[in-house]
Amino acid sequence: MNCSLKIENLHKSFTLHQQGGINFSVLQGISLSLNPGECLVLSGASGTGKSTLIRCIYGNYRIDCGSVWVKHESDWVDLPQLLPHQLLAVRQKTIGYVSQFLRVIPRVPALRVAAEPLLEMGIDVEIAYSRIQQLFTRLNLPERLWNLSPTTFSGGEKQRVNLARALAVNYPILLLDEPTSALDVTNRQVVMELLEERRRGGCAMIGIFHDQELSSIQTTQFQIYP
Amino acid sequence: MTEQLLKINQLSKSYGAISACENICFDLYPGQVLGIVGESGSGKSTLLNAIAGHLNIDSGEIIYVDPQGNTQNINQLPEIKRRWLMRTEWGFVQQNPRDGLLMKVSAGGNIAARLLDTGWRNYGKIRETATYWLEQVEIESKRIDDLPSTFSGGMQQRLQLARVLVTQPRLILMDEPTGGLDVSVQARLLDLLRSLVRNFHLSVIIVTHDLGVVRLLSHRLIVMQKGKVVESGLTDQVLDDPQHPYTQLLVSATLTP
Repeated sequence: MNCSLKIENLHKSFTLHQQGGINFSVLQGISLSLNPGECLVLSGASGTGKSTLIRCIYGNYRIDCGSVWVKHESDWVDLPQLLPHQLLAVRQKTIGYVSQFLRVIPRVPALRVAAEPLLEMGIDVEIAYSRIQQLFTRLNLPERLWNLSPTTFSGGEKQRVNLARALAVNYPILLLDEPTSALDVTNRQVVMELLEERRRGGCAMIGIFHDQELSSIQTTQFQIYP
Repeated sequence: MTEQLLKINQLSKSYGAISACENICFDLYPGQVLGIVGESGSGKSTLLNAIAGHLNIDSGEIIYVDPQGNTQNINQLPEIKRRWLMRTEWGFVQQNPRDGLLMKVSAGGNIAARLLDTGWRNYGKIRETATYWLEQVEIESKRIDDLPSTFSGGMQQRLQLARVLVTQPRLILMDEPTGGLDVSVQARLLDLLRSLVRNFHLSVIIVTHDLGVVRLLSHRLIVMQKGKVVESGLTDQVLDDPQHPYTQLLVSATLTP
């Protein structure tokens, strides 16, 4: 396989035990493959399971059946079959994820929040901070915010901290769940340019975007039907 | 880093007719924080105390892999060796710092205790080491000669951490370490714990009923109900996509500001 990621027959449903045990099926037999340098845009009406699919790939949601094959270092691994510590290793080195929301410990400054994945990899603090400072600058995050905790930031500011966090590491695969939803036009453009650079560098991406953002990046479409 | 540090096999413990822990199994890996959550009476503290050797178990195994790669069956170790382990490679952090500290001994003396236990005799070196660990837990070194009773609750909890960390343990067991602290102090302690775990490659088992604490601190989660493990997985999996009715109840009952 030359691809970076291959999904086979993925099914995901939810059972709500607190609400009479109702079960609803969200994804029914999704299969797709993703090549290096490809940006796959998920489309489909609201509620069709776009975010669910991204969360299933990241291992945030546990799937009912199917496979999520990922090339991790030089091996192919099927994510749903991995032990927790093995999945953590894949998340550390291979798959980056930009969630819609940023979760942080209250008093930790933005710089350190964003540098955390680099520090986890054992990268020197100075190097990690300078890489984040470059990204913050590029993302137009005002310097006066860098040493403050993002708890008090606006939605757009938080989103840029979250983006810097994921983009600081050169992941071969990036999952993007509406990464620009809270940004203004200028900053959206900056983010899309950053992503296009990554794509050209061989990063494989799956994302949920708004149509008007997609002019600056080369994409393929994947339609999810309800 | 694929070798387990600790393996719990079918651990059971009952108090008369009440089964506090039933067939508990899990593995812990180096550098990992494992959270154990569940309501009061679910058996989570019993499990932690059983692992720490504070109480005898009815059946099962607690296997520890030492730095040399040898496996040791904790409940078959002679008492003296088990105590030695608890003073060196393992540590226990109590919910109430007054239970984990010597309240009539200075902060420096508290940190020095484990060093003295393990044969340190050079006063200058002990004081230097105690100062270093005070700074690691963000307590000013000039407080070294003060009694813990003059410290705030958050400082006492950090001193308790320093007291345990001084022998550079590989495994730390914590029982509700942030319980009883107000939220801003709690945030500071969580942040500190995260840095310590990363910088010293610690493995931690933390018992708490606070899902917010495990969300921010632990890599993996075990959910207990009535002495049984009802769900386990990566923390974000368990909290974002809970499968078991009890876990769904816990998550839906949590207030998120």
